[in-house]
Amino acid sequence: MDEALLRSLTPRVIGILVRRGADFAAAEDAVQDALVEAVRVWPADPPRDAKGWLVTVAWHKFLDQARADTARRRREDLHDEQPAPGPAPAVDDTLQLYFLCAHPSLTPASAIALTLRAVGGLTTRQIAQAYLVPEATMAQRISRAKRTVAGVRFDQPGDVATVLRVLYLVFNEGYSGDVDLAAEAIRLTRQLAARIDHPEVAGLLALMLLHHARRAARTAPDGSLVPLAEQDRGRWDTRLIAEGIRILQAALARDRLGEFQAQAAIAALHADAPTAEETDWVQIVEWYDELTRLTDSPVVRLNRAVAVGEADGPRAGLAALAGLDSALPRHAAVAAYLHERDGDLATAARLYAEAAHKAPNLAERDHLTRQAARLNTLRRP
Amino acid sequence: MAKYLLLKHYRGAPAPINNVPMDQWTPEEISAHVQYMQDFAARLEKTGEFVDGQALAPEGAWVRYDGEGRPPVTDGPFAETKDLIAGWMVIDVDGYERAVELAGELSAAPGAGGKPIHEWLEVRPFLAAPPTVTE
Repeated sequence: MDEALLRSLTPRVIGILVRRGADFAAAEDAVQDALVEAVRVWPADPPRDAKGWLVTVAWHKFLDQARADTARRRREDLHDEQPAPGPAPAVDDTLQLYFLCAHPSLTPASAIALTLRAVGGLTTRQIAQAYLVPEATMAQRISRAKRTVAGVRFDQPGDVATVLRVLYLVFNEGYSGDVDLAAEAIRLTRQLAARIDHPEVAGLLALMLLHHARRAARTAPDGSLVPLAEQDRGRWDTRLIAEGIRILQAALARDRLGEFQAQAAIAALHADAPTAEETDWVQIVEWYDELTRLTDSPVVRLNRAVAVGEADGPRAGLAALAGLDSALPRHAAVAAYLHERDGDLATAARLYAEAAHKAPNLAERDHLTRQAARLNTLRRP
Repeated sequence: MAKYLLLKHYRGAPAPINNVPMDQWTPEEISAHVQYMQDFAARLEKTGEFVDGQALAPEGAWVRYDGEGRPPVTDGPFAETKDLIAGWMVIDVDGYERAVELAGELSAAPGAGGKPIHEWLEVRPFLAAPPTVTE
């Protein structure tokens, strides 16, 4: 039972049903039913042509549903309108599905769920597990999303930036349950990159590969966070790093810089350093300057302050931090780090404790509490 | 079997005996504390008594309906006295005695100096639908 094959066929089969006249929501439901059927039947009786099998079964499921729905009239209308079910056209509609699932009318949560199901071919149960919500909740979220895009024309070209944002959100969810969402996001971004010629798609793919390459080194066996400087670089995946850098360089050569390419460039400079001390912080600051120009985001300025602190010393870092709103997420953690490097352990310990209080997840909170504890232990006589 | 909720309070509970804020512990003491909680949950999973548990951020707000067409009110007069929940665990055990026994163990998680923190935990039974009576 090749689950990867099934998942990669999903968007193409949906596309074919839509071309034959099914609306998106009905096509998507029919394909999900066909996938369930495939999981049941294939182990004992594998088809010669997997895609053909799925199209046939999904189309029958769709017709059954159409019959059951508003019965005859709808069915007859469809019969008149639809092109005859013949050989599948060579057109690949996967790209359109990406745009539909990331449609700006959807909330990020809905867009993510719909993308994972229609483009990724995951079952509702798998998506629910990955997000730790009951299956019924996720089923409702997906139905609502499908209703929202019900009237959207399937052949409209969409907004690449929206698709990329959704894929990056999926990537950042990490993983739990039996689906690794980071790996899934990479798979989908690879598919997208194969279908669309856009430097930012390449930039996002490179960024994901470079982050993913370091994942094994990012947590200790007990689940606690390991900061970049302390990671065992022998555990980084050099194959993924090489691929990420190759993709990034090809994208940069096209001279259409975007924020994902700039972020990937920063990740590449970290991944390229044999030791933390050999990190090229001066170049990293330059890339942060580019990012600031592209996004003008306060979060980017905050990260830039860390890089400045490494390149030009903690005082310069604190100066770069000075103009920023202290309510920014992770502001206290950055300030604590720079104060510690500047030798002001009392202020650093206080700020680490404050940062722990505001931490967005348990691993980060524990890490920051340990940092505060470490400094407080040092300061004790 | 009966379900119980074990509640850890940031405020509102009596002060624990070994009441040293966590950032005044050593990093090793923090690791030992976290490990104790994880081992405790893992052991209850093995005995089939674990249901779920989560940690919560200390920030919280009181929210109240403020009438038709108006946005909900947040916080208000309770800000200084409000109790906040640090985290919770749901267990499914034979009965009240076992729930109290387990809460006692959880409360003995090590803190500063490696000594138990004697944290107060609130134990609340779940109310369930009445059992079906066949006559």
